[in-house]
Amino acid sequence: MTAAGSSTSSAFPPAIELRGINKHFGPVQANRDVDLTVPVGTIHGIVGENGAGKSTLMSILYGFYQADSGVIEVGGQVCPIHGPEYALAAGIGMVHQHFMLVDIFTVLENILLGAEGGALLGPGMAAARAEIARLEADYGLEVDPDALVGDLAVGLRQRVELLKALYRGANILILDEPTGVLTPQEAERLFEILTAMRDRGVTIILITHKLQEIMAITDNVSVMRAGQMVAHRETAQTTREELAELMVGRQVLLRVEKSAADPGDVVLHADGLSLIDDAGVLRLDGVSLDLRAGEIVGIAGVTGNGQSELLEVLSGIRPPSRGRLSVHDRVIDHDHPCEPEEMRDLNLAHVPEDRQRMGMISAFAAWETAILGYHRDPAYTGPILLKTDAIVEDTDGKMDRFDVRPANPQLTSDSFSGGNQQKLVLAREIERRPDILLVGQPTRGVDIGAIEFIHRQLIEMRHAGCAVLLVSVELEEILSLSDRILVMFEGRIVGEVAAADADAQMIGLMMANAHETENAAANG
Amino acid sequence: MGEDFLLIILTFDATIRVSVPLILAALAGLIVERSGVIDIGLEGKMLASAFAAAATAYTTNSAWLGLGAGVVASVLLALLHGFACITHRGNQIVSGVAINILVSGLTVLLGVSWFSLGGQTPPLTGDARFNSLTFPGAEAVRDVPVLGPIYSELLSGHNILVYLAFLTVPMVWWLIYRTRFGLRLRATGENPAAVDTAGISVIRMRYLALILCGILCGIAGSYFSTGHGAGFLREMTAGKGFIALAAMIFGKWRPVPVLFACLLFGFLDAIAIRLQGVEIPIIGEMPVQFIQALPYILTVVLLAGFIGRAIAPKASGIPYVKEH
Repeated sequence: MTAAGSSTSSAFPPAIELRGINKHFGPVQANRDVDLTVPVGTIHGIVGENGAGKSTLMSILYGFYQADSGVIEVGGQVCPIHGPEYALAAGIGMVHQHFMLVDIFTVLENILLGAEGGALLGPGMAAARAEIARLEADYGLEVDPDALVGDLAVGLRQRVELLKALYRGANILILDEPTGVLTPQEAERLFEILTAMRDRGVTIILITHKLQEIMAITDNVSVMRAGQMVAHRETAQTTREELAELMVGRQVLLRVEKSAADPGDVVLHADGLSLIDDAGVLRLDGVSLDLRAGEIVGIAGVTGNGQSELLEVLSGIRPPSRGRLSVHDRVIDHDHPCEPEEMRDLNLAHVPEDRQRMGMISAFAAWETAILGYHRDPAYTGPILLKTDAIVEDTDGKMDRFDVRPANPQLTSDSFSGGNQQKLVLAREIERRPDILLVGQPTRGVDIGAIEFIHRQLIEMRHAGCAVLLVSVELEEILSLSDRILVMFEGRIVGEVAAADADAQMIGLMMANAHETENAAANG
Repeated sequence: MGEDFLLIILTFDATIRVSVPLILAALAGLIVERSGVIDIGLEGKMLASAFAAAATAYTTNSAWLGLGAGVVASVLLALLHGFACITHRGNQIVSGVAINILVSGLTVLLGVSWFSLGGQTPPLTGDARFNSLTFPGAEAVRDVPVLGPIYSELLSGHNILVYLAFLTVPMVWWLIYRTRFGLRLRATGENPAAVDTAGISVIRMRYLALILCGILCGIAGSYFSTGHGAGFLREMTAGKGFIALAAMIFGKWRPVPVLFACLLFGFLDAIAIRLQGVEIPIIGEMPVQFIQALPYILTVVLLAGFIGRAIAPKASGIPYVKEH
């Protein structure tokens, strides 16, 4: 592949060549003198931590933002891209991390949007049907053109995005974190499709933070750090460890070192928890689980299968509709709810999944965020006034111990990066020395360096005898941290495995509830 | 029997007359909200165009020039709304309310200074109004049982704006469901980022929607002063812009259900006029105030209980900002 790549490069100009791209947002330099060359018909990975500037660079290539300076060449021609319409005209398509689809439209209407083929919809639709059928057959992108996009599973929506780009004649395709919302099986299917596209001459740029994906599918890889392009490698000539080091700028421990667990007594016991939401939908369906002191229990599953609701019920945010929950000796059910504040008194701490919305208040100073929920503690407040000096000093200590940067308690919470916000929230919850710690998506939007730190903190909590419940959509995280793994599907726990016996393939099948479907098919 | 039947026909006839501005304004609201802009200022746009139409029609003695002036006034206010909340991403509710207050004061101020009639325009006569069109043979068939009154009273005898309003319903339906513009319009109100990434300008779509809204409100306002009425009276739109918003929600942002919602509200209005001074069995004579309040009470009841959840276009009311 690489030999072919270099020999054709003299005959064909590269699909994309970026030279000296600069872009800043206010005082932040998002891209600094970035160069990038992508040969025709290759899959090119771009890796980097959050905020490294990958998405900005691709948004510039797609015309969503304008570069402050720099040159974009497409197919050897200088090609100014002033907006997405210019990119589309140059044959560049993009599949965004958050799908750019209209839920109330059919698949066909979504594909047509922007390429309707005339002032009236009728004739264009007929022509589009035929073209879509051809694309589906060519690339294995089956999807019902008359289905409403809002009714489709995430994997299928992504196919609609791919079809949209191909329908508009894209031969250069940018994918931004395409596997974030997919099950491992869906991701594998996507990679087959991408490989098929490359073999037909489509050039693909893949932005991701998952190094195993880079190793599995790309031909070349470029690494970004702090807005700059720091390295270009042929994938075959590099390793995950090297890429991780290039991304962070120092050596990183990818696997978490931990000793065997020594579980103690059951501290939290859930028995048949169900939750019916305000719209009358059953979100949790008879969930039973035990949490023991000194173990980490991981909850795996595709987003939206009841994990968020489970955290809400266990932390007291919502009472269960049915079933019982015991925390130490306190029994909680629908008629005896337990407010989050009381849960805290029971020594249960909660690091919520969505820290921006539930873990902190963006406009509050860091010292205020650092005591949220514990603000009635006599250490922080007198009868009327907060003890500001004491709180700021306390926050200083937390920032020091949890390596929160910049270590300034007066800055507003939203001026910290994702990783530093998360460390601040973790510091707040962990330093109370809870018996039970509920953690949702601890490393979502957090860079590799901080991930390592957060993982170490969770393991240390386990060693200190805390019972940790870890909810994460990152399967690797679940596999490397947990002692036991529970898999959720449609509000139910569909499987439990000891971490020692688990692998990604097996958990992935459980996440899609594939074994049950297969059984049903066999029986039916 | 014949007497009662004629009474029913006349009530329906009144329903049609009072529904016209509701239909036009509700469709205007439907188009802008489908593009993701909330327009509380339907009321103000109608009031402004009612005044502009009456003043121009009186000066030029032409109802058509009056209509033109009404549409221009309304479109200018729509563009002002757009400048505030599309270009400068201001709050759409605040901008709409401001326009309503502005127009409410401005029409009276200009009216007093131009015509010195306490805020009214002089009464319009002859060609300064849109006069009723009589269908061929309407007089001849008047005495035919059942069909005669339906033809001559209900269908015939309205001014041209009435027919235009009813024609607007299928036109708007066709525009939003069968044309490229409509597809882009609906997409803009649901997910503007999808429209932007497809290479279409969200700002341009929203301005176009506002211009259409202005045109329809302009026709509705002109109807008040040069079609239904004969001259401008202060506050003559009397909250119809808000009832139109209610009808738009009641009709769930779809043209045909919106038409029926407008007819229902118009019917309640027409009945309220009929019921004044009428003895009702058991209850006796109803107080006028109660009867006049009836359409509004029913509006609240209907909106609160009978339509289920009304799901607005998802991006409605949210200024579009590219995130990074």
